[in-house]
Amino acid sequence: MLFDIQQVRKDFPILKQTVNGKPLVYLDNAATTQKPVQVIKRLVAYYENENSNVHRGVHHLSQLATEAYESSRKYIASYINAANPKEVIFTRGTTESVNLVANAFDGFVNEGDEIVITSMEHHSNLVPWQQLCARTGAELVIVMANEAGEVGLDKFAEAMNEHTRLVAVAHISNVLGTVNPVKEITRLAHEMKVPVLIDGAQAIAHIPVDVQDIDCDFYTFSGHKAYAPMGIGVLYGKTIWLDQLPPYQFGGEMIEAVAFQKTTFNEIPYKFEAGTPNVAGALGLEAAIRYIDKYGVENIGKYEDELLAYATNDLKKIEGLRIIGDAAEKTAVISFVVEGVHAYDLGTLLDKMGIAIRTGNHCAQPLIDSYGLKSTLRMSLAMYNTKKEIDIFMDALKKVLGMLR
Amino acid sequence: MTIQEQQKAIIEEFSIFDDWMDKYAYLIELGKELPVIDEKYKTNQYLVTGCQSRVWLFAELDDEGKVVFTADSDAVITKGIVSLLVKVLSGHTPEEILNADLEFLDQIGLKEHLSPTRANGLVSMIKQMQFYARAFQLKSNVKKMKRDE
Repeated sequence: MLFDIQQVRKDFPILKQTVNGKPLVYLDNAATTQKPVQVIKRLVAYYENENSNVHRGVHHLSQLATEAYESSRKYIASYINAANPKEVIFTRGTTESVNLVANAFDGFVNEGDEIVITSMEHHSNLVPWQQLCARTGAELVIVMANEAGEVGLDKFAEAMNEHTRLVAVAHISNVLGTVNPVKEITRLAHEMKVPVLIDGAQAIAHIPVDVQDIDCDFYTFSGHKAYAPMGIGVLYGKTIWLDQLPPYQFGGEMIEAVAFQKTTFNEIPYKFEAGTPNVAGALGLEAAIRYIDKYGVENIGKYEDELLAYATNDLKKIEGLRIIGDAAEKTAVISFVVEGVHAYDLGTLLDKMGIAIRTGNHCAQPLIDSYGLKSTLRMSLAMYNTKKEIDIFMDALKKVLGMLR
Repeated sequence: MTIQEQQKAIIEEFSIFDDWMDKYAYLIELGKELPVIDEKYKTNQYLVTGCQSRVWLFAELDDEGKVVFTADSDAVITKGIVSLLVKVLSGHTPEEILNADLEFLDQIGLKEHLSPTRANGLVSMIKQMQFYARAFQLKSNVKKMKRDE
């Protein structure tokens, strides 16, 4: 056994719930994960014992809070193997991280330039680039995934040229589960002297992330998809880039000196952390990553892969069911449709049976469109899911399909 | 039957189901009774915008000044609820539709489908039905005014 799953389940209080009289089977982890007591307790402890504004006062509590906040930054930096803690910027989440870079890139992008993304990007790694292009007159170039949900390196090579200013790509697709070859993509882009941003929202809780090994210029993730609270996330950026980029928001904390005529800005990471930060969130994020690290993200990934194979195998036996995305490197996510059955109907009835899965376009409308679909159902796994839950899900699915067809 | 009586009848029909599965099975059956919108109106123009399931709605005024709705949806549960709404509101005057208090969905345990976060377009569907009623009302007021002149 990779780890004690019963102990893990005990750590997540919400999993004891019943929904519509049935035990909750939570399979919507790509949307957000549940939180273990270790994270919840960390938030409570902070507000009970340490709450104070950071980097401001000389008083005892402010120093406690500042130390905790900065040590969380250090821990996260070391977990993703950043060269320096100052390369870890706390944000609200992936969306803010991507927006920060996209806004700061205004000065690096001109008319006729190009930004390269893939067809499997979440809206949050698509719309900010679209907007950057609209502001600057640059063009958004889309590398299309094939039917299996993979993007070939050759396609990336074709998409890049001397006009390319940035490549932005998901580490793992939130719809297809595809694990993209981000290290190779980065190497390819760097040969053209193009910086790379990786959207790691779906990766951080499932596979090891080593930003220096990938060698990407930016890496983003959200805490809440990795057992941490909502409203906290990270933008990792190489110092050389973060130093060059202008601040994104202005106010307290991010300044060095302010006169009415002129303000000089603070150094990284503070330059990008205007205003009072989400200190509790940062501490919660540290607790969550420590929780993952306690079991080992490789073990978690292996365990989830077993569940994925188990569920995939069962789903394939259902007549008329089509799995969307069949990449060789795939993790934790299964999207599917059933012929003649609307995803909304299925999702509604499964909810009645206590099963939480996602229906819709998963904030990746262009991708769903490219498969000729309007919506899919998506089950997405976390470390606390079990084969038994998949069995319950399969029974419910069969029962519900009996009603709908 | 008045709108109120129709709602009461539906509440009674649904009260016999203890089990949610039977209730939903019945709802799906009801969807099959929906007066279906003419294919030529099944276009984006008549689409009630909702995030996940699509609903098309058409309305016309009959000779007696009553609004007649036809609709369709690509999701069977949504279609069942649409069918209920049409059953309740169709065949009534614009005034009656505008004054209707639609509480039956709540009472038959389908309230969750009316939650704005549900994103199935049902809230917009009701608004759209009332919008049609309002439009017909304005139209007939204008006609009346012209007649009076």
